[in-house]
Amino acid sequence: MSNYALVVIIVLYLAVLFYIAFIAEKKRQSKWVNNPYVYTLSLAVYCSAWTYYGSVGIAANSGINFLTIYLGPVIAAPLWITVLRKIIRISKQHKISSIADFISVRYGNNRFLGALVTGICLIGTLPYISLQLKAVSETFEIMSDDTSYISTSIIDDSTFYVALLLAIFAAFFGTQNTDASEKHKGIIASVAFESIIKLLFFLIIGVYVTFYLFNGTTDIYNKISKIDNLIPLTTIDSLEEGFNWLFTMGLSFMAIFLLPRQFQVAVLENNREKHLKHAIWMFPLYLLLFNVFVIFIAWAGKLSFGNTQNAEYYTLFLPLEQGHSFLATLVFLGGFSAVISMVIVSTLALSTMVSNNLIIPYGFLDKFIKNQPERNSKYIKNIRRISIFSIIIVAYFFYISFSKELSLYSIGLISFTIIAQLAPSFFIGLYWNRGSARAAIIGMVVGTLTVLYTLVLPFTLDAFVGKDSFTQLGLFGVEALRPYALFGLDFLSPPAHAFFWSITFNVMFYLVFSLIYKGNYRERNYAEMYVDSKNFTTLQDSALVWKGEAYVNDIKNVLIRFLGEYRANRALNIFFTKYKLPQDTQLADARLINFSEKLLTGSIGAASAKILIASVVKEEQISLVEVLKILEESKENIVNNKMLLEQSQELSQLSSQLKQANNELIVKDRQKDEFLDTVAHELKTPITGIRAATELLMDEDDDMPKEIKQQFLKNILQDSDRLGRLINNILDFEKLETGRLNLDVNRNDICSTISKAISSLNHIAAKKEIRIIKKNKSQLYLEYDEDRILQVLTNLLSNALKFCAPKTGEIVVDYSVFKEHIEVSVSDNGKGIPEEDHDYIFDKFYQSQHQNTIKPQGSGLGLAITKQIIEKHHGKIWAKKGLKNGASLVFTLPFK
Amino acid sequence: MKKKILIVDDEPNIVMSLEYTFKKQDFEVYIARDGSEALEILKTQTPDVILLDIMMPNVDGYQTLSYIKSDKNLKDIKVVFLTAKNKASDIEKGLNLGADKYLTKPFSVKKIVSEIMELVA
Repeated sequence: MSNYALVVIIVLYLAVLFYIAFIAEKKRQSKWVNNPYVYTLSLAVYCSAWTYYGSVGIAANSGINFLTIYLGPVIAAPLWITVLRKIIRISKQHKISSIADFISVRYGNNRFLGALVTGICLIGTLPYISLQLKAVSETFEIMSDDTSYISTSIIDDSTFYVALLLAIFAAFFGTQNTDASEKHKGIIASVAFESIIKLLFFLIIGVYVTFYLFNGTTDIYNKISKIDNLIPLTTIDSLEEGFNWLFTMGLSFMAIFLLPRQFQVAVLENNREKHLKHAIWMFPLYLLLFNVFVIFIAWAGKLSFGNTQNAEYYTLFLPLEQGHSFLATLVFLGGFSAVISMVIVSTLALSTMVSNNLIIPYGFLDKFIKNQPERNSKYIKNIRRISIFSIIIVAYFFYISFSKELSLYSIGLISFTIIAQLAPSFFIGLYWNRGSARAAIIGMVVGTLTVLYTLVLPFTLDAFVGKDSFTQLGLFGVEALRPYALFGLDFLSPPAHAFFWSITFNVMFYLVFSLIYKGNYRERNYAEMYVDSKNFTTLQDSALVWKGEAYVNDIKNVLIRFLGEYRANRALNIFFTKYKLPQDTQLADARLINFSEKLLTGSIGAASAKILIASVVKEEQISLVEVLKILEESKENIVNNKMLLEQSQELSQLSSQLKQANNELIVKDRQKDEFLDTVAHELKTPITGIRAATELLMDEDDDMPKEIKQQFLKNILQDSDRLGRLINNILDFEKLETGRLNLDVNRNDICSTISKAISSLNHIAAKKEIRIIKKNKSQLYLEYDEDRILQVLTNLLSNALKFCAPKTGEIVVDYSVFKEHIEVSVSDNGKGIPEEDHDYIFDKFYQSQHQNTIKPQGSGLGLAITKQIIEKHHGKIWAKKGLKNGASLVFTLPFK
Repeated sequence: MKKKILIVDDEPNIVMSLEYTFKKQDFEVYIARDGSEALEILKTQTPDVILLDIMMPNVDGYQTLSYIKSDKNLKDIKVVFLTAKNKASDIEKGLNLGADKYLTKPFSVKKIVSEIMELVA
């Protein structure tokens, strides 16, 4: 294939990636971008060119050792649900934008520690990036027809242009936002896409080699087993090998957490914690699929080429050998995908660290303070863009100068070992609050130096000088200091050996110095926030203990410099509203300091944020004991507040119930007063009559005519009867109203009940010469308490009798049957009931609800009792409206 | 000249006792069963004293008194409330409306007579 065709394919493929990233960035909220699958696929940035090409190389030369690199992450995956979740939570809480930020914030926002972590990451990652460029360059060479093609200068080295394109891509989509803790959805979407491509194409070549070139796995195995050196390729043959396995797995276990690109995709780009639940099984599955065919491709390559070709590129040589250049192109693109995603994400992560933990805190802060807000944001972005280009260019030169001689596998392992030096302060610091900044720094430095001495130095010497006395005999000829066999430990592979010693020293120094130096109060404060992150999430901004003098205005000015007037004001408004503070608060407290530091952290890194805020406030020193006390108290307060809140909610609920009950009582009490008042009034009327008549009758001086005497005596009798009736009514009514009256319900004929009622009043009617007519004479049986219904009818009839004129008066009792009830009516041709009285003639006495002194005739308890009885029978009672003359009272009785 | 008294009450038994009592005291007695009847009588008669119940149908005692006090021909007539309502607030309201006396039920006939005599003397 011609160079030009290859370049066109590369450019086209990059254009597709640009397009995907562009669309994802545009539709940031879409579920196509925010789902657990994209998250898991982005984690597969772990599989770089090293996996794609390097694994086959190792498998061909040293057997199944390549698996260790994937077993570590597989073991780590279940732990994600606790460890990674904690890391994600802390990072979100502190607006962490890189692993350097993460570690330095844990140790009291230590500026030097952040820079040190950045340095280690650079040393560890730059060769790794150059390794990717090397893969591009070498595969390009293999694919190209022009076999004599060897780049003589940068200008015609296609790898250089590829590197530049990648830098442009990373710079374009990596610096959309000044706040580096914001998600990079475009980059993540394209990485996820590339993860699909690389896996798919690798599986295709795997199937092709195994089932097309050979007759399946058994065929390859049978053929390879005839070659004598098979056994060491398929088994672990000794305890020493076992240790090698163990340490390499430990290495990759740490790498999956600590590699800057893994931290970027797994922690910083995580949208939702629940995506982890999918990732813990899908990611190991992805790795498994990737490794299924590795060993078979390796054997197939060995069978086809022996040792004549570089085993790392068997996947290309095998199809090319058969003339299947299309298939080879697919493999090339898959490898290219692995390179692009690794380079872009690593560069993005490194550039954030370089700008936020190296350049800004160590050089640009003063400049920022003097600058205009708009320019600051541009500056920050530019610093990051320049970092991206610098990193890629440095990696390119590293490749030009060194990597050409080195294998993918060895550089990968060196990178891992260097990055692993972050592990003690990272992991132990997450669970042990005593770990201090000084100890972290010392541990890291010692560990890194150990790696340099035991791995990097002899390795480079081997590569460029060949075996020399240093490696053979040790420093100054001291045998114990031999770089590959420190203190006589000579059975491990160099990377496992370097890993063992560096981590041992690192952990040892970290622990010892943590115990010696307690660290200052600020360190301990952050340590508590990390270790006890669950509790501190609820504390939020109050988690930072801070004492001193600070003014809101000063802090606001700093915020405006980096966020601009609008965003700074909006952030402060949110802060004041959240903590219920007045908008014109003058003095800043610890919460505002913490809040502001976090606001700035995303843009300029934690260390710079702290320095900037510290420059405008006057902080007082606090003792460590005091910090711990305050933290303890605030934690207790939260628990107490929660309980108090619950209790107060309960109380307010109770008190509102009480209030309601009280209101009801007040109403009832007033009704009772009015009732008593009216009862007293009603009782007084006959008593007054009796008293006055008696007084007159008793006057012996008075010769009262006999008929008048008779009349007074009759009056006394009448009033006494009235008193008796009244008292009975009151008792009845009270029983009905309090529900203590039980109905004696039986099957009765309504017609006969009506007749009984009429006949009991016949003598009074006869006296007034009023006719009582029973209209409906047919029998009808239904269930009711006859005595009570008799009381109702008698009541209604005697009212009617009272209001009818003598002689002309006529009362009609009727009933009609409906579907579910009967309606009984008592109508008269008397003076009628005024419409306005209709609503309250059934009230007990008439004025208990309406505070007036107008007394409708026929008042008293009669109708109130009547109503109660009817309602007790589940019926209704009312006065018919719209009558021209007379009154008609109607009640219903239901059949059931 | 005979003194005139208007008794306004809806309870016939009480009215009967009062009517008998004041007739014996040589009063010319007029009787009304509620406020509206009383006002009807007052169109043609000007009694010296009115004995007025409060709780009555149609037009109550308070309304009746207000009307009397608003009519310049009637406003000088002495008015005595005779009622079962004996709460302090009721008494205050009655006196504020311009009643000359406020007597409560049940009453002693002798006491009523002496109170009325005191007013019309």
